[in-house]
Amino acid sequence: MMPLIEVRGLRFRYEDGTAALNGVDFRLNPGETVALLGPNGSGKTTFVLHLNGLLRGEGTIDVCGLRLDKRTIPEIRRKVGIVFQDSDSQLFMPTVLEDVAFGLLNVGFERSDALARAGTALETVGMSRAASRAPYHLSAGEKKRVAIAGIVAMEPEILVLDEPTANLDPPGQRSLADLVTHLPQAKILVTHDIGFALALCQRAVFFQSGRIAAEGTLPDLIARFDWDSTVERSKSRG
Amino acid sequence: MHIPDGFLSTPVWVVLDAAAAPAAGLAARRAQRGFEQSQAPLLGVMGAFVFAAQMINFPIGAGTTGHLLGGALLAMTLGPASASVVMTAILAIQALVFQDGGVLALGANVVNMALAGVLAGYLPFSVWGATRWRRPSIFLGGALSVLVSAVLALSELLVSGVPMSGRLVRLSLVLFGISAILEGAITVAVMESLEKIQPKLVRQPWTGRSPVLGVIAIAAVLLASVGVLFASQAPDAIQQLTHQSGSEASGWLSKSLAGLGGIVLIYGACLVFARLAARFRSA
Amino acid sequence: MHRRDPRAKIAALLVFLVVLATARTGLLWLSAGFFLLLAAGLVWARLPVIAVLGRAAVVLPFTLVFVLVCWIGGDPGRGLSLAVKSYLSAVAVLLVISTTPLPALLRGLESAGVPSFLLLVVQFLYRYLFVIAEEAQHMGKAAAARGASARQWRAGSAAFRAAAGALAVLFARAYSRAEQIHCAMLSRGFEGRFRTLEPARFRRSDAVFAVLASAAPIALRIAAERAAS
Repeated sequence: MMPLIEVRGLRFRYEDGTAALNGVDFRLNPGETVALLGPNGSGKTTFVLHLNGLLRGEGTIDVCGLRLDKRTIPEIRRKVGIVFQDSDSQLFMPTVLEDVAFGLLNVGFERSDALARAGTALETVGMSRAASRAPYHLSAGEKKRVAIAGIVAMEPEILVLDEPTANLDPPGQRSLADLVTHLPQAKILVTHDIGFALALCQRAVFFQSGRIAAEGTLPDLIARFDWDSTVERSKSRG
Repeated sequence: MHIPDGFLSTPVWVVLDAAAAPAAGLAARRAQRGFEQSQAPLLGVMGAFVFAAQMINFPIGAGTTGHLLGGALLAMTLGPASASVVMTAILAIQALVFQDGGVLALGANVVNMALAGVLAGYLPFSVWGATRWRRPSIFLGGALSVLVSAVLALSELLVSGVPMSGRLVRLSLVLFGISAILEGAITVAVMESLEKIQPKLVRQPWTGRSPVLGVIAIAAVLLASVGVLFASQAPDAIQQLTHQSGSEASGWLSKSLAGLGGIVLIYGACLVFARLAARFRSA
Repeated sequence: MHRRDPRAKIAALLVFLVVLATARTGLLWLSAGFFLLLAAGLVWARLPVIAVLGRAAVVLPFTLVFVLVCWIGGDPGRGLSLAVKSYLSAVAVLLVISTTPLPALLRGLESAGVPSFLLLVVQFLYRYLFVIAEEAQHMGKAAAARGASARQWRAGSAAFRAAAGALAVLFARAYSRAEQIHCAMLSRGFEGRFRTLEPARFRRSDAVFAVLASAAPIALRIAAERAAS
């Protein structure tokens, strides 16, 4: 089975010379949901920005069999849908419907077609009633859903979600997990939210200082790197 | 000084709307960079920044506070064309959504603040920003942007017939002066903070430009605004002039000629500067 | 009123504003007539009349200064004219803006020939206005908390620098947000031009509205001038 994403030897340096990625090898197989774990600044988000060509480093990236380069970027951007951490920066159009239709109009769908597909995407995430509202008036959870709708409308093969549960309250986190589980795409999840990751991911990858330090099942890595967020209540309280 | 509707006499607001439209269009085309519209979100967000920035209070003693107006700061970070576009957008939102400034008077406010004010704010920095006079040039830019906008607004009101005695005009100028100094101080402080946290955000003015041209441009803008002020205060002199030149000008025509003359001078200065700028950039 | 095409409303608004701004005689009658016309418009649009009239009063402080100036300068009639014209103009603008969502208004202006780049900037400004304003509020509170402890004079200059620092941070954050937006745009296939959804069609009811709403102020002015002479 051909992997959906194959990254080999990815290296990237910032403008000031600091190394952000130090040789990353990664593979995403069809139907998988993989968690990217690791401390802040370890390169998870930087890595993810390479997958659709927003950042260009050394090494090779193959998406659905296409080698990532200048020519293939437009097609790859249709195949890899990234949901960014800050929903306000992702929902930049005046109304929800216009935002969801944005990508569709860009790739050349006719207006009526784009509207229809946008409507379907909004239904998928359960936000149809918000179609003509301004994004500013939505809650964090609603904005995240609309952002996902905007990506899902493009019918990508791969979904990347960068810290999707940041700013969500527990019920919001649960309903987002519910929604994401039911999406058909293979997924990459950058997250600190262990509960969320456990609900969705089978495999996980641990970033450290710009490279992947370890790979394995999620419980495995949690144990190995002490990556659990639950704090033991002190038993010495009288 | 956002001029509401109903304050300016008809020839004044018509002329200014007519002058603002092509100038704003020119700035928009420059800021757009050819066919690409990708700069629009950046300019919009920076416009939102100016709005928000106006909520941050700067203490100026005796319990009073002032706030940033922003034209000069925008010019020194985004460049004058983009700054003009951002200021125009801000003025439009202020007029439509907040009723701060009139709709018919939008042309006047755009000329005052988005065109002349931005230009006056940018010129000192573009001339001296790369020299050891950088800090004073930033201060001067901030101060001039406010002063020129305010003087132009005052002139337009006077030309439209608002009766202000010489004393009242002088008092207004003093108030504008204080506001100008405050803007200069705030602009310098913010630019210095910006350079510490994100130096790449601040424009580097072209080095090796002849300061003489820059000084001439600044002088032109200053003379134009001050000239308009005096002209609007002395309608009799204008009437004598028009009489001598043989035209049987009525009251409002002579006043509007004074206004128009000033605007043409500023507009001319803008065009000259833009052309010089283009020539230097391609050099 | 809410459903009328923005282009019709813009046209009517401009006619109203021009008729008002250029009026010289019969101002008392004209203002009364215009006030009633606007009030009728507010009622028809099912807007809260008192609230809108109150919101338009934001022009009054600035105007009152000039009313005073005119009074001192010996031309009280002009002062009254300034007050009345600026207030009624503000109400008219409010009426249109309250019955037309800004994106629709901008699309209407685009049909009228306003450069689309400028309108795009206005659109994004409006979208992020409240987002960044909230960020500024949080920072303002933090800065005030820090500057409040120092003594009066010291507090002045230290607080000044703190405010400048806060502004610089706000600037940098806004810029960085613009970069994030750019990434989000590129990720969804943006290639240089924004494609918009089709503007609504101009219907016959819109034309009727435009004609009637433009004729009303003109008729009122003719009547007012006749009544004054």
